[in-house]
Amino acid sequence: MTSTDMARTSAVPQSPSAPARPASSANAFVGAGNKEKISVRGLKFYYGDSLALKGVDLPIYERKVTAFIGPSGCGKSTLLRVLNRMYDLYPKQRAEGQALLDGVDILSPKLDLNLLRSRVGMVFQKPTPFPMSIYDNIAFGVRLYETISKSELDGRVEAALRRAALWNEVKDKLDASGLSLSGGQQQRLCIARSIAVRPEVILLDEPCSALDPISTAKIEELIDELKADYTIAIVTHNMQQASRTSEYTAFMYLGELIEFGETQQIFMSPHDRRTQDYITGRFG
Amino acid sequence: MSLMEPHAHSADHPLYRRRRRKSAIMMTLSLAAALFGIAWLVAILATLLFKGVGGLSLAAFTENTPPPGSEGGLLNAIVGSLIMTAIGVAIGTPVGILAGTYMAEYGKHNRLSTVVRFINDILLSAPSIVVGLFVYEVVVVKMGHFSGIAGALALAIIVVPVVVRTTEDMLNLVPHQLREAASALGLPRSTVIQRIAYKAAQAGIITGVLLAIARVSGETAPLLFTALNNQFWSSNLNAPMASLPVVIFQFALSPYTDWQQLAWTGALIVTFAVLALSIAARILAARSGK
Repeated sequence: MTSTDMARTSAVPQSPSAPARPASSANAFVGAGNKEKISVRGLKFYYGDSLALKGVDLPIYERKVTAFIGPSGCGKSTLLRVLNRMYDLYPKQRAEGQALLDGVDILSPKLDLNLLRSRVGMVFQKPTPFPMSIYDNIAFGVRLYETISKSELDGRVEAALRRAALWNEVKDKLDASGLSLSGGQQQRLCIARSIAVRPEVILLDEPCSALDPISTAKIEELIDELKADYTIAIVTHNMQQASRTSEYTAFMYLGELIEFGETQQIFMSPHDRRTQDYITGRFG
Repeated sequence: MSLMEPHAHSADHPLYRRRRRKSAIMMTLSLAAALFGIAWLVAILATLLFKGVGGLSLAAFTENTPPPGSEGGLLNAIVGSLIMTAIGVAIGTPVGILAGTYMAEYGKHNRLSTVVRFINDILLSAPSIVVGLFVYEVVVVKMGHFSGIAGALALAIIVVPVVVRTTEDMLNLVPHQLREAASALGLPRSTVIQRIAYKAAQAGIITGVLLAIARVSGETAPLLFTALNNQFWSSNLNAPMASLPVVIFQFALSPYTDWQQLAWTGALIVTFAVLALSIAARILAARSGK
């Protein structure tokens, strides 16, 4: 029996309190001792009539980096966009199943989306600075949720920019437009903007695919530092990046989760043939 | 392949020579067409300058329209135009921006938007005299007399479709990734629109409003049936009001040379005011492209 077959059959957890484990026998001990920040259970996703996620079960552990790999169109980004309900912006997209954030169902129609998104931040493939100054790019989100003094706000902006390893490059031009920065700087600005609102989870959707190797290295260093405080999920097409940055890796293929495990295990001794084929470059 | 045939990549290859000839012909035709268009514009501006500049004096801006044979200026017409344009734009702009926002942000694909978009396009190309007649029936006939406010309403009806169209187009140009990024921070939709989408589309929307102002400040037909004209100073919105286009229309058709001179001067003022606005709009648009 392959791991996928088992993953499907065990979609429903025995008791509501027991966190669902991704269910290949080899994966049964994966992540033991870690707290599940997000638990995805039997998640299906539809773009109109087409099924993009065919029942995915997976944990995302607190203060760990979980990488999602797989060929284009396999549902990695779709899964990420479920976790902050980004798909809600588009009328024809819908999700079924469960995705629990600290035990609360993200998919519940009663959930306050703005509060969810302030807890689950997201950074996109293409850098998206707002058309305003560098300072305001960061301060904007903070002001929305907190009433704080100008000096406190200054501190928060500086802290976020330092955290994103951007402070030294922009401290003398905080009034310049965010659009005047280079691509790599813009992406770090976007990360700074996300962490300034103090989320608990950060979703990174191919954050380095538009960046040069130096900027990529900076962002990977940053991810390494951020996982001390944040739960991070990263979608990437870069195998090395996945193996460098993450503790856990999920391999997805054609809308299914094929294999989930510790990154080292996935890359060194994958259980599924398809995982092996993908990471060795035989398809994808 | 015989040795006599030129190499495929040589400049003498018959296919390449034919292509170059075609290109030269098309280039000449395009250039001629462009010059044909620009020539008339230059001719119009030159005629205006030549005929109108003689009448440009302080009096043109400080005195009211005169009876035939005496001294005077265009003050009442300029002020009337400014008042009615200002009110028309003040009414038309918010309506246009809100409608455009609805269509681009909320009702992108729904039936109402499709219908409104279709009607808006018709309104955009409707002859302005029809708008004048409509306001005449609905406002002037009901009030019993021509009035400045009726003129302003007619202009507002012309402003709305221009602003709706540009607002919708400009908001549609804002990349959806930007909206997603803003939503991902937990911003409510209204904030995303007001603080992010408007900001990104700002220059384009302002350009649209400036173009609408340029368009209505030259309109004659809708004012003929609504504000009519006034020989005297009047800022009373409840009474007939002078405007530059109508004064130009009336004076240019008159047999009196001093009136005709004033018409040329008025035309010069309107044209260059509109030209200045259009240039301002271009500069704003170019700046937003950066």
